[in-house]
Formats: sequence, structure tokens, C-alpha cells
Amino acid sequence: MSKIGVFVCHCGENISATVDCAKVAETAAGYDGVVYSIDYKYMCSDPGQSLIKSAIIEKGLTGVVVASCSPRMHEPTFRKACAEAGLNPYMCEMANLREHCSWVHEKGDATTEKAIDLVRILVEKVKKNHSLNAIKVPVTKTALVIGGGIAGIQASLDIANSGHKVILIERDPSIGGHMSQLSETFPTLDCSQCILTPRMVEVAQHENITLYTYAELESLEGFVGNFKAKIRRKSKSLDEKICTGCGQCTTKCPVKKIPSEFNEGLGKRTAIYVPFPQAVPNKPVIDRVNCTYYIKGKCKVCEIVCPTKAIRFDQEDTIVEAEVGAIVVATGFTVKQPDFFPEYGFGKYPDVITGLQFERLASASGPTLGEIRRPSDGKVPEKIVFIACAGSRDPAKGIPYCSKICCMYIAKHAMLYQHKVHGGKSYVFYMDIRAGGKMYEEFVRRAIEDDGVNYIRGRVSRIYEKNGKLIVKGADTLLGAMPVDIDADMVVLATAGIANEGSEELAQKLHTSYDSYHFFSEAHPKLKPVETNTAGIFLAGACQSPKDIPESVAMASGAAVKVACLFSQDELTREPLIAVVNRQAAPVFSSCVGCFLCVSACPYQAIEKEEIKNRTGEVIKTIAKVNPGLCQGCGTCVAFCRTKSIDIQGYTHEEMYSEVMALLNEY
Amino acid sequence: MTLGLYPGCSLKGSSREYTESVLAVAQACGIELVEIEDWNCCGATAAHNLNKELSLALPARILSLAEKQGMKEVVVPCAACYSRLTVTNHELAVHPELKQTITKGNGLDYKGSVEILNIIQMLDKYITPNLEGRIVKPFEHKVACYYGCLLVRPHEILKFDREEDPQSMDELMLKAGATPIDWAFKTECCGAGLSVSRTSSVGRLSGEILKDAADRGAEAVIVACPMCQSNLDMRREAINSYLGEKIDIPVLYVTQVLGLALGIDRKTLGLQRHFVAVNI
Ligand SMILES: Cc1cc2nc3c(=O)[nH]c(=O)nc-3n(C[C@H](O)[C@H](O)[C@H](O)COP(=O)(O)OP(=O)(O)OC[C@H]3O[C@@H](n4cnc5c(N)ncnc54)[C@H](O)[C@@H]3O)c2cc1C
Ligand code: SF4
Ligand code: SF4
Repeated sequence: MSKIGVFVCHCGENISATVDCAKVAETAAGYDGVVYSIDYKYMCSDPGQSLIKSAIIEKGLTGVVVASCSPRMHEPTFRKACAEAGLNPYMCEMANLREHCSWVHEKGDATTEKAIDLVRILVEKVKKNHSLNAIKVPVTKTALVIGGGIAGIQASLDIANSGHKVILIERDPSIGGHMSQLSETFPTLDCSQCILTPRMVEVAQHENITLYTYAELESLEGFVGNFKAKIRRKSKSLDEKICTGCGQCTTKCPVKKIPSEFNEGLGKRTAIYVPFPQAVPNKPVIDRVNCTYYIKGKCKVCEIVCPTKAIRFDQEDTIVEAEVGAIVVATGFTVKQPDFFPEYGFGKYPDVITGLQFERLASASGPTLGEIRRPSDGKVPEKIVFIACAGSRDPAKGIPYCSKICCMYIAKHAMLYQHKVHGGKSYVFYMDIRAGGKMYEEFVRRAIEDDGVNYIRGRVSRIYEKNGKLIVKGADTLLGAMPVDIDADMVVLATAGIANEGSEELAQKLHTSYDSYHFFSEAHPKLKPVETNTAGIFLAGACQSPKDIPESVAMASGAAVKVACLFSQDELTREPLIAVVNRQAAPVFSSCVGCFLCVSACPYQAIEKEEIKNRTGEVIKTIAKVNPGLCQGCGTCVAFCRTKSIDIQGYTHEEMYSEVMALLNEY
Repeated sequence: MTLGLYPGCSLKGSSREYTESVLAVAQACGIELVEIEDWNCCGATAAHNLNKELSLALPARILSLAEKQGMKEVVVPCAACYSRLTVTNHELAVHPELKQTITKGNGLDYKGSVEILNIIQMLDKYITPNLEGRIVKPFEHKVACYYGCLLVRPHEILKFDREEDPQSMDELMLKAGATPIDWAFKTECCGAGLSVSRTSSVGRLSGEILKDAADRGAEAVIVACPMCQSNLDMRREAINSYLGEKIDIPVLYVTQVLGLALGIDRKTLGLQRHFVAVNI
């Protein structure tokens, strides 16, 4: 026979201002099985919790209903109090009298009636509740970091320095990401390579970090603490162990005209190549699409010149299997490319370039060794125009959001131009200047006031070429939309920052979600910015939305701490609110008929097939079985199951039914 | 093959040669164009600035007449009419209440079954697939294809070509044997309705367009809109005074060029009706 206690909270005046709490407690006292019922001003306070605990002990309660705020707020508090008094925490339920009643209704009898109903259904439910125990799972204390930009590098180093193993995989031949392409960085104008390369080297040398470059995630199985990752190491056509990185092969390779990805097409590379001199690892890969040997079956110059005989033309991709406990996604972003701006002639006029291309021109390691020279004829541009929001904040281009970094890097670009081209004239067309950040506004003011960059508030409608000049047609909206035509020598477009190629596929492999712009989704925009909706998978850097280096690094350290927290335990406990397929005595074994609709319905691939065998090992029935480590308790399978064979623990059919009946039955 | 035709006011008046060339090309390729009976003005260019309901009610009447007369596809050669009719079709489809007000107002029923084709769409769909062997006199000239404002915008509604750098007319010209040039003013405004009220503005806007085309070596400007044609062709006085020089590049309709390539004689295509002599 149940002995239920009901505890009605006033929440200060939050509830009691519209609900007659004393009446709720009084009415509940009259229900079958309720042996104790009381109202109190603050149930979550220490005296409030003591009230619950002593009632459990003194009255020998078998179930508790706390009628107060949302369970999102205080369910853990009250369940813990119950556990401390010796009651199974899952025998405690909360009726939400605040968000679901007092806050949304006027004071009056009907409001109190609704509060009474809410309490009654939970009294009936808790009578049917079962004691449950938290699920314990072991933790593999190795982290997988995907993407070796600054975010992935920072996360790897932080996790490794906290004493845990890290596997870092990078798609490109070198780590470094976009930061390695940058010239100098706002708001301090320090050289990007100088602050980045030491960290790249640290990654390569760290005893806790295994680095796989030219590698991608092939597949992922498992769940928090216990993931199984398959990693595809693309063939580099090279035995890395013997290669000394002498560079003979890259100088002798006859295919020299491939546009260099690192230089954003402004420089050339060979078919066997190291993307840039400071690359980590500093060993080449053969780009098989462009290599003459792979195309025509002969050449092998690199093999001939290699002093250590490290070239391996027949090397195949290898799959590495790794067990990891947590994953940090740090796959970054990319910038929008040609064809997107026919009105700006992007892709048609060689001197209309992207911000990233300008970084390469301004970089000491770039194709012009840091001199600002235009791509078409190598002349130093005397007039240069920068266009902000090229695509960003433009629903017509499909990108309604602000790319966040461009205002700042445009100020940097214009400043660098003014420093490098004396007497040059620079113009910036902008919508608003968004310079929120420490020393950011000051940085932009410096560009305008000290370096004389001309900021024009307005949009550019069109760019076309005339007599060797790029005519930039715009409007100055601070001068009543006065038309402005500038005959520029070069134009730099701050094209929108967009989700990296392949981010949807990766998200699907990881069973985590992405937003409508294909950036990875965080679990909560304010309170869980580095978590995803999949336990054990975290986000760092620009893969979540465009962001600058300080923010990417902060996020990476945040994700690393989350991983370290996870790894600080030997076992993980999880809420047992998961699906179970019922089991019954032989010869039925289960009401499951083996249709496996649930298998295809489950978004987490948590349902397996289980064979039931007789003594001689013959299979007599195949039924569904839920893997408790994978199940997230979403309940999809329950809705699909035709024979009602699946229950979510804590929300069983019987429990839910008793709630409905409590509402329907007159008291 | 029979298609509906909405000529609109210009094509019956100042741009008769556009109608003549459309009909000639269609006929040469075995397409019959049947004018919608009892059609009215679509309201361009003024109605949509004055009264939204009226600006929809006028095209709605045309569309419902076409529907009643059993037309599935209606060709609308004038870019402005095309824009008004397409916008109306769209507005009525997405706003059922608005549709009710409008159809009640003009006492006509409209199911929304009529598909509207601009001239390029009509040519692409019904003429160019059958061109093989018919191009007897390829139009071997450098041409600047001028799309203007209304043929390609707003993209969200028309869903035709690329709004900032359209290509469809260029491709059509290639098929007629011409060489389309790459130029900067494909979709700039010619001055449109300011033709009468502020001719000097048309002089400036149209002047820039013709100048760029001529500077880049075009021998003719090709259009698909009677308004653009009349501004570029008829307003030469204002244009020349703005440019400070006399510019004599002719302005032809797509259908005139195609007609020439098909070997149709110049008179049938109305080439003698232009203000600027067509000497190519
Ligand atoms: C023109 C320009 C100028 C900028 N200037 C500045 C500046 O001055 N100051 C500043 O603070 N910020 C600047 N930024 C922003 C800066 O580039 C970013 O903040 C930073 O690069 C984000 O780092 P990340 O590691 O998140 O992403 P990324 O740098 O994009 O790195 C992601 C890495 O992941 C790898 N990867 C991607 N997908 C996969 C996959 N599926 N598997 C494995 N690996 C993968 C990529 O190859 C790459 O190495 C600038 C950006 C641009 C475009
Ligand atoms: S849906 Fe139900 S009956 Fe079908 S396999 Fe799953 S548990 Fe069994
Ligand atoms: S509750 Fe959701 S996650 Fe769990 S097995 Fe069912 S469908 Fe999969």
C-alpha cells in the first residue's frame, strides 16, 4: 500500500499569488494513499527540504510529489533530498504549479482547480513508479579531436596537458587551419605564424598526442565514454618514417603549375608538395589527381631523386580503429567563393579577390613576399576598395547572419595596405562597423584616424572593368545615398564565412545536429555553448559559427575542460530514463514480435536484434533489445511499436495511463 | 502548337515591330500565337505605385480571361507586362484572402492554372529546340544583350535566369550566330517611365548603357522589352547631349535578330520602324 507525501510550495508569491496553496494541500490530503500533505513558502530551501526528509523517515513515505516549479529547475534538488532520506530518487515527482499554472493564469478558483489536477495526476503516477538505479558506464580516457586549426590545436594541447591521451585528425597535409594563412592578426597586429607555429610544433612533439594528418573520420559507433572511431588515413604515397623532409622531391617534380590551396590560388605548387614551409608535419604528400605518374603511368622523378627512397606509389589508404571517450569537433569554417557575386565580377576579374587572398598577399611567406601586388599584372594598387558584408547579412544571398570577423579583418587589411603602400588610397564600404571586443573599437578608430582609411557607409551595387580600372559603383548613405564611383586598381571582398565543406556528412557520422546554415549546433545557445546534444561530443572554434581567434581559443579550452571533467571519473552515471523491451516468461519471452520498426525509427541506432535460443542453441525467437549506453530516452520507438512492447523507464505506459485516468476520473 | 499571347499596350502601338517580329518568328517555326480576347492594360508602369489592389486586379482579369479561354501557357513579350502578370500570379497563389477580394472585385473566377512565359522562355522552350538547319543567315555580329530591370527581377518570384549576371539571352544570340560580348550594364536601368517626365535622366542612364556597349565593340544592343527599346532607340537626342557625342548603335529586339537569322525579310520584322537606322 502506497504512502504518498505531497509538498506544495508557494515559491514566495510566485505560486501563492494566484493559486490557493493551502487548499491544494488540503485536497491532496484526501486522496487515496496520501498520508501527508503540507504547503510551505520555499520548499527548495533548507527547512523546506528538511520537511520532506523528515516526513519520509517519520511517515515511512513510499512516494513524494513536490508541487512547485519546473522540474528543469529543481528536480535534481528534490530527488537528492529524497535519496538522502533513503527513498529511491525516482519515486519523487514534481507537479509544475509555477510555469504551467500560476505564471500563465489569473488568480481564481479555476487556477487552483488546475493546480489540484496537476497534483492529482502525479499522485496517481507516483503510485505506479518503480525504483530505478542510475546507469554506470566505464570511460575510455582518450579524446578524439577532429580538425587541426587553432581551435583543435588548443583543445588537444589542453587535454594532453591535463594528462589524457589525444588523437588529433586533420584533413589537410598540415595542421594550422586558416590561422596559418593569415598575415598579421587583429587587434594587436602580431604575426600569425609567429604565434601559431610554436603550438603546431608542440602538438607534434607532445607525448600524449597522436597526430594523423591527411586523415578523416570514417565512421563512429558507441556512446559517451565508449566511442569506437574508424579513421581513414589517406595515402600520402610516402613512408613517413624514412622521409627526412629534405625537399628534393618537391623541387624536382615537373608538375609545377597547380594552384596552391595554401596561397588561395595566388601561388603555384607541385604535385608532390608540402603546403607551406612551416607545415607540421614537414613532409610531403603526393596529390594523386595531378601527379603525372597516377595520370599517365610514368614519371617517378620524385622516387628517383629521393635520397632515402621514401616514396611509395602503391601505398593504400589505411583505416585506424580507435577507442575514445570523448570527441571535440574543431573543423572550422570556410569563406564563400566565386560565382556568388556576378555583380562584383568575382571570378571574372582577377583583381577582385577575397579577404583570405589578401591575407596571402600581405603575408611575408606569401606569393609576393608580403608586398601588396595585384594578381593580374603584379602592379602595386594605388587605389584599393574593401567591401564588407559581401554576402553576409544579405537574405537574398541566403546568408542572413553576420560573419562577425570581417569588420575587424577589413580594418586590419586597410591598415596593412596603408602601412605597406605609402600614398595609396583605401576605401571601405560598410553597413555598420561591428567592433565589439577588447581593444577592437580602438583598432578600427586607428585605421580611420591614424592611417587615413576612407570609410564609406553604403553598399556597392556593381563592379565592372573599364580602361584597366575596376569601377566600383556604390552609395554613401551618410550623404543621402549619394552615388559614389571609385576607379580602383584592386577590390577585396569580405565574403561571408560559411560552414566548412563536408560538415553535414561529419555531423551525420557523429549523430549530432547542425543548424540551417550547416554549422554544428550547440546544446544551448547560452548555457551549453561547447556541448552538443550528443553526450560526450563537444565543439570548439568556427565550426559552430564564424568566430575570431581569441573566441576560438577560449571555446577550445572550454571544450577541453569538459573533456577533462568527463575523464576525471572512472565510471559515468547516467539517468536510467531509457527504453526497455519487455521480457516475459517462456514460451513467450517477450510481447515483441520482431518487426523491428523500432530499429529504423531510433535516431541513435540504439536498438539491436537479440536472438533467444533454447538449450540446444537453436534460435527460437528474435526480438528487439535496447542498448542502454546508446539510448537517449527520446521515446520515438515507443510510439512506433505496434505491440506496446517498449517502455521508457520512468514514463511507462502504465504510469502515463494512470495520469490520464486520474484526470478523467471524478474525485 | 498553339500558345496564348498577351501583347499589352506597347506592342499594339509604339512597338509594333516587336509584335511583328514575334509573330513572324513563331509562324516560321510552326507556332500559332492566339491573342487573349478582350484583354486590358496590365497597369504597368504606374498602377503598383498607386493602388496595390488595382495593380493586381488588372492583371488578374487578364489571367482569368486566358484561363477561361482555355490557355495553359501565355506568352508575354513585354518585360513590364511579364513582371506584372507573374507577380500577380504569385501574389494570388500565396495570399488566398487577397485572391478572394480581387476576384470578387472584378467578378471573375481564377484558378491559377495559367503559366506565363517571357519571350526568352518561349523561344527556349518552343523555338530553339527546332532551329537545326533553319539558321540560314547567321547574324554574325558582336552584340550586347541588355536585360534591363524587369526581365530577371525579382528573382524570388520570377525564378528566371541569374538576376545579376543573366545569360539566357546571350545563349540565344549564340544560337542565332551572333557573338555576345561581356559588358557591365546588362541589368542597369534605362530610365524606364521617366522617359516622358524626366527625359534628361533617361539620357544619362541610357547613355551610360549605350556607351559601354559601343566602347566594348558591340555592333547592336539586343533587348526584350518595348520600354527599354524605346528609351535606347528614341531618346537619342537626350542621350547624345548627355554623352556629348553622337552614338549610332542600333537597338534590336531578340526576335528581330532571330528572324533575320531565320531568313525572314527585314520589312516583315519591322526593322524600318526604328529611329536609329539598322544598317547591319
Ligand atoms: C580573411 C580572414 C582574416 C582573419 N583575420 C583574423 C585576425 O586577424 N584575427 C583573428 O583573431 N581572427 C582572424 N580570422 C579568423 C580566424 O581565421 C578564425 O578565427 C580561425 O581560423 C578559427 O579557427 P578554427 O580552428 O576554428 O577553424 P579553421 O582555421 O578553419 O581550422 C579548421 C581545421 O579543420 C580541418 N578540417 C575541416 N574539416 C575536417 C574534417 N572533416 N576532418 C578533419 N579535419 C577537418 C581543416 O582542414 C582546418 O585545418 C580571419 C579570418 C579570415 C577569413
Ligand atoms: S517495434 Fe515493437 S514489436 Fe517491433 S521489433 Fe520493435 S519492440 Fe518488437
Ligand atoms: S528511446 Fe529513443 S534513443 Fe532510446 S532506443 Fe528508443 S528511439 Fe532510440
